[in-house]
Amino acid sequence: MRFAFTDDQQMLRDTVRDVLQRECAPEVVRAVWEGRPEAAASVWATLAETGVIGMTAPQDAGGMAMSELDWILPFEEIGYAALPGPLVETIAVGMPLLDAVGTDAQKTQWLEAAATGHAKIVVAFEDQAIVPYAASADVLIAERGGVAYCLPMSEVSAVPERSVDRARQLARITFEESEAHRMRSDVEGHALLSLAKERATLATAAQLVGLSRRMLDMAVQYAKDREQFGKPIGAQQAVKHRLANALIQQEFARPMVYRAGWSLATNQATAEVDVSLAKIYAGEAATFVVKQALQVHGAIGYTIECDLHMWMKRAWALAATRGDSAFHRERVGRHVL
Amino acid sequence: MDLDFTADEEGFRKECRTWLEANVPTDELPSGDTREGFKQHIEWENELFDAGWAAVSWPKQYGGREASLIEWLIFEEEYYRAGAPSRVTQNGIFLLAPTLFEFGTDEQKERILRPMARGDVTWGQAWSEPNAGSDLASLTSTARRVEGGWRLTGQKTWSTRAAFCDMAYGLFRTDPAQTRHRGLSYFMFPLRTKGVTVRGVDRLDGDEGFAEIFLEDVFVPDADIIGEVDQGWRVAMATTGSERGLTLRSPGRFMATASRLIDLYHRHRDRSDPVLRDRVIQAWMDAQAYRWFTFQTVTRMMQGESIGADSSMNKVFWSEMDVRTHETALALIGELLELDEGAESAVDQGQWMKGFQFALAGPIYAGTNEIQRNIIAERVLGLPRK
Repeated sequence: MRFAFTDDQQMLRDTVRDVLQRECAPEVVRAVWEGRPEAAASVWATLAETGVIGMTAPQDAGGMAMSELDWILPFEEIGYAALPGPLVETIAVGMPLLDAVGTDAQKTQWLEAAATGHAKIVVAFEDQAIVPYAASADVLIAERGGVAYCLPMSEVSAVPERSVDRARQLARITFEESEAHRMRSDVEGHALLSLAKERATLATAAQLVGLSRRMLDMAVQYAKDREQFGKPIGAQQAVKHRLANALIQQEFARPMVYRAGWSLATNQATAEVDVSLAKIYAGEAATFVVKQALQVHGAIGYTIECDLHMWMKRAWALAATRGDSAFHRERVGRHVL
Repeated sequence: MDLDFTADEEGFRKECRTWLEANVPTDELPSGDTREGFKQHIEWENELFDAGWAAVSWPKQYGGREASLIEWLIFEEEYYRAGAPSRVTQNGIFLLAPTLFEFGTDEQKERILRPMARGDVTWGQAWSEPNAGSDLASLTSTARRVEGGWRLTGQKTWSTRAAFCDMAYGLFRTDPAQTRHRGLSYFMFPLRTKGVTVRGVDRLDGDEGFAEIFLEDVFVPDADIIGEVDQGWRVAMATTGSERGLTLRSPGRFMATASRLIDLYHRHRDRSDPVLRDRVIQAWMDAQAYRWFTFQTVTRMMQGESIGADSSMNKVFWSEMDVRTHETALALIGELLELDEGAESAVDQGQWMKGFQFALAGPIYAGTNEIQRNIIAERVLGLPRK
């Protein structure tokens, strides 16, 4: 039993952290918010150059064939920076799925392009009509009637839907379910599609942990700086306890997320339940931290001028997507009771 | 990261399980916080020690097995899974011993540890005073220098099981010129000796688990100070860290409670209530969360990191989880919850109401959760003290 990441995994995390600190300041997220998604294009390019975007692709497609345990910490950093874009869809879901159930033609067309940062993948699982980042993506992987399809976005109708988190660039998609775009849909293909869903959920949970950390950092900094009654508001016990509660929730969510990464990477029998636990704890911690961070900021936090709102809205969206708490509690319940 | 147990760890678990299954008393002992129950618990502690299970992580020379922290957690999981008796040696083995290992002399360790672990000499803590609870540094008990030692005078309170114990430990002011946390020393002192009066106090659940200790010119030799004279605060803080942290309440205890809760749920008259169902699921999930948080913490400790103020997060989490879990059990039991231990019709011998009342102490003892949240805010988050 050893519950710790390897040095290599931590180094990769540090690389991502450094890139995002340099290139993904809140102004970048804000620019995407204001309708300029190209503002984040250079971040994607740098992450591709450093191998982060291609990390899950097979080596012959320019990737590093890395596992869930390798991308958990990078996704936490992506959440911390609130970097917009279909990162979960491309890295955690799209490339491994393409590699596993794509036709030779689909792989040739998209895998290396995605791994090198030249093609962005978006994903629509069964019953999912609203797709984030559809407008700036190149290829769609969609599940319809238990069958997976892979097709260029040029053949997909994507009607923008306004999102509370503007940076998510939602769109309602429709496309023709043609034979030509089918991916493998035998029994094994079906299992791999299920695995892809678990990965999407887990990567989302990891981002939620990062979002929580950032919001808490912002709130702590604000509580140290903001003075009332002649002293920092963070010296008041009521404020301290609020932030302590936020930290506790966040810190108890983290090992759940890490553990689910190990379970998926090592194909444990409990992997699905473990992913559910990760999503429940990470989602509930993030929505709890949202409230604490907002309250500590006071009125300034209740404005669009303050950066906090971009993290709050991302947290709301991600806590509800890929299965909300109710969905995952039901899954855990069936296992436990 | 490897969350599988090694072959050695699995072997250790099997050894624990085999011994516990063969030796744990089949009939539940009366509460260890009563005079009669305490005696029976001590007999069990003797048996545990003689078989080498009383303090598995200790060095062999003191009766331990030199188990790793992971193995200790495994032992705890098995111990509570087996429904073994509560540990009345807790205040010695898990609170005083870590201090002795860090600050004690070889003579002290040689003299004190084995009888402590066997239950031949039993220990209670004596931290609080009537006017020094959360604000421990405001304590007023004193130690006066005399030939060969010290004379202790003052009053301690809320001493767990001190009504039945042989010895206690706590802080006394050795330098009257100093105030607050300066000029205090860490003493071990006898409870059954001239000048000491111990008065048992019945706790919320009716057991005589508490006691007040009155000291009047009680002689203690120099050999019974731990660490240096006037450095007691620093020595004591090392112990409170272990009290709050995982040594006091390892995950095994709460995993066992969650399992019993699920069992209660399955026997419950109305399983169709979705709210109760969700609360049972939450209890199981929280025990899991505490378990994985702990394995993460222990891995850090085994890599040589110090967990410091992080132990305050543990304490808040397990204590509040324990209250919620018992509240859920009582909600399942419904109006029969008021049937006390020993009542013919009580569900599970009334253990849930008993456990609930005990759980309510959790957010208070070992540093109230208000104090823990201050520590988290100030030492982990770096918020200003004033």
